Amino acid sequence: MTTAPDLTKDEQGEPSSTGGGEVSGAEIVLRDVVKQYPGQKTPAVQSLSLTIPAGEIVMFVGPSGCGKTTSLKMINRLIEPTSGTILIDGQDVKQQSQTELRRRVGYVIQGGSLFPHMTVTKNIAIVPKLLGWDADRISTRVDELLDLVGLDPERYRDRYPRELSGGQQQRVGVARGLAADPPVILMDEPFGAVDPITRQRLQDELLSIQRELRKTIVCVTHDIDEAIKLGDRILILQEGAQVAQYDTPEVVLSAPANDFVADFVGAGSSLKALSLARVNEVELRQEVTATIGESTAEVRKRVEDAGSRSVVVLDGRGRPRGWPWLRQLKGETIVEPTEDLVNLDQRATLNDALDTMLSSSHGGAVVTGDRDQYLGVVDFDAVTAYIRNLEAEHE
Amino acid sequence: MSEAAVGRPSGVAVRGPRRIDRETLLMLVVPPVLVLLVFGGYVLWRETADLDPTELRQLAWPTILDQIWDHTKLTLVTSALVVVVAVPLGVLLTRGRVGRAVAPVVVGIANVGQAAPSIGLLVLLAIWIGFGFWTAVLALTLYGLLPVLRNTITGLQGVDPTLVEAGRGLGMSSGSVLLRIELPLALPVIMTGVRTALVLVVGTATLATFINGGGLGATINSGITLFRFSVMIAGAVLVALLALTIEWLGRLLELVAKPKGI
Repeated sequence: MTTAPDLTKDEQGEPSSTGGGEVSGAEIVLRDVVKQYPGQKTPAVQSLSLTIPAGEIVMFVGPSGCGKTTSLKMINRLIEPTSGTILIDGQDVKQQSQTELRRRVGYVIQGGSLFPHMTVTKNIAIVPKLLGWDADRISTRVDELLDLVGLDPERYRDRYPRELSGGQQQRVGVARGLAADPPVILMDEPFGAVDPITRQRLQDELLSIQRELRKTIVCVTHDIDEAIKLGDRILILQEGAQVAQYDTPEVVLSAPANDFVADFVGAGSSLKALSLARVNEVELRQEVTATIGESTAEVRKRVEDAGSRSVVVLDGRGRPRGWPWLRQLKGETIVEPTEDLVNLDQRATLNDALDTMLSSSHGGAVVTGDRDQYLGVVDFDAVTAYIRNLEAEHE
Repeated sequence: MSEAAVGRPSGVAVRGPRRIDRETLLMLVVPPVLVLLVFGGYVLWRETADLDPTELRQLAWPTILDQIWDHTKLTLVTSALVVVVAVPLGVLLTRGRVGRAVAPVVVGIANVGQAAPSIGLLVLLAIWIGFGFWTAVLALTLYGLLPVLRNTITGLQGVDPTLVEAGRGLGMSSGSVLLRIELPLALPVIMTGVRTALVLVVGTATLATFINGGGLGATINSGITLFRFSVMIAGAVLVALLALTIEWLGRLLELVAKPKGI
């Protein structure tokens, strides 16, 4: 992480708490916030009061039209509240100009909303440029961010958005939101426009990034599973942005505050509990690894000695690229596998793990840690053993 | 543009340089070739045909080249003026509630400007402010305003509103969003309007001769008044060639101005 830009100078250095990197986020407080649109009888948001602790991910969920997006957009004043106060790090957002405020608050939108006529670099560099950073600092920062969101800077920095897949566009969107290292990031249905597998990967990556950066992230979603997976806390909203429940995913699942929440969380909440357990709680198996460029014969020998039939291929930076069977290894040296390996982040839920494992010919999945480093593999045996353990504990 | 981004499955990415489709390519190659061939034919005819003294005087090279130059000048000056007036006007008419409310009225007026008989517009203005080049430019500007104005408005309205909101949400000022996001994205549509205006103006500029504004209209007019068929047709062919050339330039401009990545 580079040093935070001087725009955070007025931050009161939150005391860092448990685990991960230091908290770089700021607390957000909403006090009696109301949004009444002219010509409408009932307000879109009726008196919302809420404290979002620094360094946490808070998910706003609720049925469509419940006012969750309106509430989010009032934080960076894309929508002006009719009354009430919003404080970021103790500062009233109304005391700052809109543009100044927004440059300090990251904003990530569904599908990435990249500007199609700008390259990846230009898209990411927008806020740093507005803040008057010099060119060297901007280009260093862009490369660093691309690396953080798992895109090779060399390959992607000069591409236009239409030359990227949906998932890649979304990654660049996240990088753009993080560009000036803002303490607060707002996300509006960030992963709504991508397919389920890509969505799961992006969610894992967000968790991995958050572990490192500890920002305050406010994220709107209509998907309760996404909320359970990503949120440190979940805010469940009813019509008019009335708080139905605001608590940790565990509590929301085990003790829904009322029928509305119970209905919304839905049936099968014991299955949903699989969404609470993370892959890093399960014992990982160590598979034999090989690095691209190694001699195939040596690797083959190593794998056979270990009594295994497959090998995890890593690139030069320790990131898994493929998981071929021995019989698929051809040529003198190990080459970059062509298959698209679906990795699991260590923070992925067991639910995701089962999903990924079911579509893998190995009956398992490769698990990665920070910056996609290889950690091991997880298989069905490990997951069932874990569940059996849980049940034993409960009895 | 936004359709393409949404409609594509998220696993597929388009790579490679901008592709020029076949129609665009044809329209870029065929007109200049045609213009050169026909102009070659004209030169050949002009140098070899048996012309009487009146025809020789009317079709003398210095006269003709002078007229071509005047005609081109009329067209380009007018088009520049059209862009300078219509684009900012179009921008204003898409800003705020007032702008959007007034927009239909202004487009209506521009519509009248184009629907009015051009010769009438020319003569009325000439009587009002006097004969000459600049009166012709003014009349032609009024005449060519509509396509650029309309396309500026359409182009700006066509910009995906989520991109505008994204720009605002990132902390860009509204001016910055306009200059760096809205206008570049609307540029292809605006440029199509400019090309349409160019074609309209180059044709109508033929009438400028009636108010002493210069241009190739003079040759056609002499052909008619002197009853010299060859002179009349020579003028008409040259105007047509000039129009094709200008249209071709417009297409080239459209292609060059199109932002990369769209």
